[in-house]
Amino acid sequence: MNLESMYQEIILDHYKNPHGRGLREPYDGESFQVNPTCGDEVTLRVKVADGKVSDVSYEGQGCSISQAATSVLTDLVTGHTVEESLTTMDAFVELMQGRGKVEPDEDVLEDGVAFAGVAKYPARVKCALLGWMAFKDALAQTPHGERAANTVIE
Amino acid sequence: MTTTVSGGTPDSLPLDVAAVRADFPILSRTVRDGKPLVYLDSGATSQRPVQVLDAERRFLETANAAVHRGAHQLAEEATDAYEDARARIAEFVGVVPGELVFTKNATEGINLVAYAMSNAVTAGPEMERFTVGPGDEVVITEMEHHANLVPWQQLCQRTGATLRWFGVTDEGRLDLSNIDELITERTKLVAFTHQSNVLGTINPVRTLVERARQVGALTLLDACQSVPHSPVDFAALGVDFAVFSGHKMLAPSGIGVLYGRRKLLEAMPPFLTGGSMIEMVRMEGSTFAPPPQRFEAGVPMTSQAVGLGAAVEYLSVVGMDRVAAHEHALTERALAELTAVPGVRVIGPTDMESRGGAVSFVIDGVHPHDASQVLDSLGVAVRVGHHCAWPLHRRLGVPATVRASFYLYNELSEVDALVAGVREAQRFFGADRP
Repeated sequence: MNLESMYQEIILDHYKNPHGRGLREPYDGESFQVNPTCGDEVTLRVKVADGKVSDVSYEGQGCSISQAATSVLTDLVTGHTVEESLTTMDAFVELMQGRGKVEPDEDVLEDGVAFAGVAKYPARVKCALLGWMAFKDALAQTPHGERAANTVIE
Repeated sequence: MTTTVSGGTPDSLPLDVAAVRADFPILSRTVRDGKPLVYLDSGATSQRPVQVLDAERRFLETANAAVHRGAHQLAEEATDAYEDARARIAEFVGVVPGELVFTKNATEGINLVAYAMSNAVTAGPEMERFTVGPGDEVVITEMEHHANLVPWQQLCQRTGATLRWFGVTDEGRLDLSNIDELITERTKLVAFTHQSNVLGTINPVRTLVERARQVGALTLLDACQSVPHSPVDFAALGVDFAVFSGHKMLAPSGIGVLYGRRKLLEAMPPFLTGGSMIEMVRMEGSTFAPPPQRFEAGVPMTSQAVGLGAAVEYLSVVGMDRVAAHEHALTERALAELTAVPGVRVIGPTDMESRGGAVSFVIDGVHPHDASQVLDSLGVAVRVGHHCAWPLHRRLGVPATVRASFYLYNELSEVDALVAGVREAQRFFGADRP
């Protein structure tokens, strides 16, 4: 096993220097998610303005994968429309659940493509999706949250 | 080991690890691109020797039938095999066969007692011994596995009883300073682990049993992490109930054991009801079989019981004193080497006093999940997370730990592989420099 295939430099960079970390006001939706098998947790807030995700803020503790994935999440959705952010989420979820067989689209997932290696390790997929579960749940509480509420991440 | 190897070894000689390892086919496989498997997760589940696998297969190929029903030859032989296994296992833990109930696992054994206690509430005055309600207390500890915690929380919620618990010291020992305030005349049951699955701490059973007896409380011992690793005699310990699981002691999954003192099992109402556990059934009502059958409703798991019987035979031939001494040496080495690595902190006792072979630790700057990934890439299998003891982790101020747990088939060199992997994890995540 090649550790570097999972822990790409991009992931380690986000882990050591996370983007957008900290809980901020104001917000329209908030979600606390925990991975019951390992105890990793994240609290994530979403602010929506003019149909766009204007801020994502979060606090949490967990492994490099869960923390880096949440940092990448903030980059991918902040400033984008709710619809775009959910399309990105779908692409990330598809990548993570693809057992390493899904070719990621860098135009959509940007730094998120670095998680392609993680998808080969089923035990770690939940780590990468923890922040996205919180994002989906927080977004569902906002006035634009209908589609998020109807999306299931397994 | 061909069965003769360790059987012929004088007690004074240490365990022959190479001979033991030869009995476990899985230990010779490689993982992650050809790395030899270093299996340090026996606290979660153990591996099985060919003697156990063969016993199961032999039973299924020659004697399989539903036990305790039917009069044909196979039914007879299957019942004999099942009851022989019970007798062998009972002897292994110092009790008589009638005091030993087969369950799916230890979790089911604990739930059996917890549900029998709530069933007692509606079963009439003769069940008073087992009833709990408002004003009554159940005492557990903060170091319990969820299996010996959630069932008692639920029992208290169902019945209005109060759950109380012993705290844990910073060193990972049970805090007994308030034992007389915790175990009182209100206490109906004291449930506690013999050996912590996280800390390795071995709890003072006699002290707790003595206090429980003073106030007339029942005791239940979670022996999942003790029976597989050292000689344990339930009768000598004086506990009222005890549970353990087959899969943690070289046996198949799907088989566990509940021990109950004969007088208690005879008086206790059933949990699961149905076939096999009855004495007489009429449309208006039923009476129940004596124990242990009263607590074994339905066609039981049979090849698994036979497998557990073979496992205790295997362990007996090797010798539990020898197993314990071997694990003592492994644990001592692990503690010495891990505590010598800067940035590594062992969670639990760092001396060998009343301590078994589970070693949990955290590494500064490396999350346990990430550490285990590095270890896995080197072929070293450990457990990470809260190990089903979340309150204990919260108490000790860590969200998760890495746990290495040992068994009779582990070698000292595997401890070295663990420590080398820990150093590699530090290097990989840049946690080896200030």
